Formats: sequence, C-alpha cells, structure tokens
Amino acid sequence: MKLNLRIWRQDGPKDSGRFENYTAENVSPDESFLEMLDEVNEKLVAEGKDPVAFDHDCREGICGMCSMFINGEAHGPDRGVTTCQLHMRRFKDGDTITIEPWRAAAFPVIKDLVVDRTAFDRIIQAGGFVSVNTSGNTQDANSLPVPKADADKAFDAATCIGCGACVATCKNSSAMLFVSAKVSQLALLPQGKVERQERVLNMVEKMDEEGFGNCSNTGACEIECPKEISLDNIARMNREYLRASLSSEK
Amino acid sequence: MSNSALLKSSLAKKYWMSITGLFLILFLVGHLAGNIPLMFEINKDTAHGFNQYAKFMSENPLVQIVAWIVKIAIIFHAVDGVLLTMQNQKARPVKYKVENANANSSWFSRSMMPMGLLIFAFVTIHLVNFWAKMHYGDIPTYKMHGEEYTDLYTVVMKFFGKDDLAILWIAIYILGMVALSFHLIHGFASAFQSVGLRHKKYTPIIEKVGYAFAIIVPLIFALIPIVIHIRVNG
Repeated sequence: MKLNLRIWRQDGPKDSGRFENYTAENVSPDESFLEMLDEVNEKLVAEGKDPVAFDHDCREGICGMCSMFINGEAHGPDRGVTTCQLHMRRFKDGDTITIEPWRAAAFPVIKDLVVDRTAFDRIIQAGGFVSVNTSGNTQDANSLPVPKADADKAFDAATCIGCGACVATCKNSSAMLFVSAKVSQLALLPQGKVERQERVLNMVEKMDEEGFGNCSNTGACEIECPKEISLDNIARMNREYLRASLSSEK
Repeated sequence: MSNSALLKSSLAKKYWMSITGLFLILFLVGHLAGNIPLMFEINKDTAHGFNQYAKFMSENPLVQIVAWIVKIAIIFHAVDGVLLTMQNQKARPVKYKVENANANSSWFSRSMMPMGLLIFAFVTIHLVNFWAKMHYGDIPTYKMHGEEYTDLYTVVMKFFGKDDLAILWIAIYILGMVALSFHLIHGFASAFQSVGLRHKKYTPIIEKVGYAFAIIVPLIFALIPIVIHIRVNG
C-alpha cells in the first residue's frame, strides 16, 4: 500500500505547529499503525531529517502511551483499541491519513504528537489511592468479603489505562470518564470506601484546577475508550460527589 | 457542606443545569395543558374559559410564585449554560483540523448551546408577544358576573389569525419549537445522568420517554398557532 500522511509537526509547546505531508510506501496490511510510522521515521532519519515524535511503550494495548488522533478519531477508526493495536488493513491504498496530537489545554503538546499528560498523575495524587499500612502485617485480601457484582464493576473501572482518549475525544476536553473510573474502582471496594468522600471531592477539585472541561453527556468518550469504560462510572461519580458535597465536613 | 463544592465545581454546575432543566420540563407540561384549549372550537364559552384561565394564572398568588421560579430557572439555566460553554471552549484552545464527531456522538448532544440560544430568543419574543401585552399592554376587557376579564383570547386569535405578520409569527413559533425539540432530545435523559440517576433497567425507559416527550410536546405546541390560523381564516 501507498499512503499519504498529513502529520502535525510542532517544535514545542510555544510553537504554533503545522501539517507536513509524507508518503508511506510499501506498507503491509499486517503492520500496526506504529510500525508504519516507524518506517516513515527510519526514512526521515536516513535523509537526515527530524523524525516525527510520538509516544509509545508496550505496543500491546496496556500502557496507554500511543496517543494519536487519526482521521478525526482518538486511536483511529477501530473500537476498543489503542493506536498500537490499529492495523494498516483498516486503510486502503492511496488513502490520505491525518494525524494530530490530543488537543486539550490540560495536555500541552511537548513535540509533534507527544503531549504532556501529567495532569492525570496530579489528579491521582489528589485522591486516587487508598491509605493502607504496608508494615508487613498486610491482611489477606480474601478475608474481606466483596460481592462478585461489585468486584466485577470495580475491575471494569480499573482497566482504565489513563491514555487520555476520553479527553481527546470529548468536545469539552473533559476528564470525567478517567476520573470517574478511578473514583468508581475504589469506591466500590471495602478498602476504598473509608476515604470515598475526601477522594471524590479532592479529585474533582484537582480535575477542575487542571483546566479540563465539563461533561455534556454526549457519550463520545465511552465509544472511543480503548478499554470501553462505561458512562455508568460518570453517573456513579456524580452520585459520590453529591453525597460527599452534602455530608463532608471538609 | 463542603467548601462551595455545590456552587462552583464542574459537577455542581451540571447538577444545577439538570435540576433547572427538569423543572422547566415540568413547566412545559403545565403550559401545554393550559393552552391546548386554544386549538378547539371557537365560541363564546371556550373564549371565556381561556380568559378565566389567563386571569387565574396572572392573579393567583401561588401561581405568581411558581411563575417567578420559572423565570429564575430559565435565567439560571441560561447563565449556567453560557458559563459551562465558556469553560469548555477554554479547555480546548486549539481545535482539531479533522474531527469525525459523528462517529461517536449525536449532533443533538453537541448542539445544546446553539439550540439553547435559539430557545432563549424564542422565549423572549414569546414573552413580548403575550406576557408583556397581558401585563402592560392595552388589551380590551369585559365584565361577566361582576368580574372584569382581560380578553387575551381575542388577542391570541388576532395575532396568529389576522395579524399582518401572522405567517411570519407562525414560522418563528415553529422554528422555536424545532429548537426546543432538538434541545430536549438530548437534554431530557441527560438531566438524569447529570445527577447520577442511571440504572440498567430504568435508563433505557427514561431515554425512550425523553425521546417521545421531545417530539410530541413541541409538536403540539407548534400545532396551536397553525390550527388557530386555519380556524380563524377558514
């Protein structure tokens, strides 16, 4: 396959950026999207040009690094996958593919397609944890009874890899799906229930402070999420926050 | 209560959006029920019946309180909506050059603000057309059983039936109702989600009821001026 690529190039956070056109030749339909970009970069390096900067790590869909907006969708046109799991058989010979970075005030572009997602880390630091004693006499996990249904819901929420596709997709650059997945995962389990009020108040406060937008309930995040995190989590966070706002003494 | 979390936070703004929205949905039901009689047979009794209703609505103290709550709710809903939109736009200063939004969300869900603005403009026009006339305008009155009534019925009939601009007014009213319908298609069920009311069994029902409400209620509202025009001129 021969493909035309329109890739966003930006030298740094202050640069205004622009599209540059590249051609990818002899692309195998069995390649992943990242492998196709690797080949483009190898060619650029051989020509003495600056390769396209993009984030990647595990290349098996669990690290959440490969943030890319491909043809107007986070991680491209497939559902339930990250960019590394998107294969070139999804495209046709002669296609033009537009690649942009995640666009959100809270995710500033570092270079080209690489964005700074440490805002997510700061939200986690604000409350996405349980305070447990790790002195060596840790309790056996099975000694705490957890209903199977709750365990399943908590596990589904915990599959969030923090890739930021929800923010990238949302017309408001809202981080509600990410934050609600973390709030839900812990609020559903006995270990997390102790700090549930402080957690949701602090995490939402941090989320607002970081400059993410509000939720319009369009549901776009749920569709584009590579881990198919459900809007049920956002509803749960709305309930958690309402309860905490009314009863917390903070 | 936590530190103004129920006023300032992103989630709180959505709670208020939801509560005022749901209240205005209830108002729509009441407003429709009160005005449906305008579509039926024109005779002295129906005319007087409608004027009695208008008198009740503008004099009953309880109704007056509710009417003020409705006005406050509309303004709150609108101001909150503008604030939310401004924050949302600030959250994405650089837009995507290529965005396939239809792949993951409905046009209705992404058009709440423009539809809201159209509805706000419509409500303003509607209040000037009738509410302002009823309260501050020069409307003929008549006496029946020793009580004085304002003849709002005749004003409505003239407005949609004989006014020089009747057709234009009807077109504006239809447009207003189309905007209301589009706004409600997403807004009705969304209001439940915003306050966390989501349930495996009930949410699909709320969505279906919301969709039906969003089509049927504005449709009947839009039919009122059309039917009046046909009756008065037919």
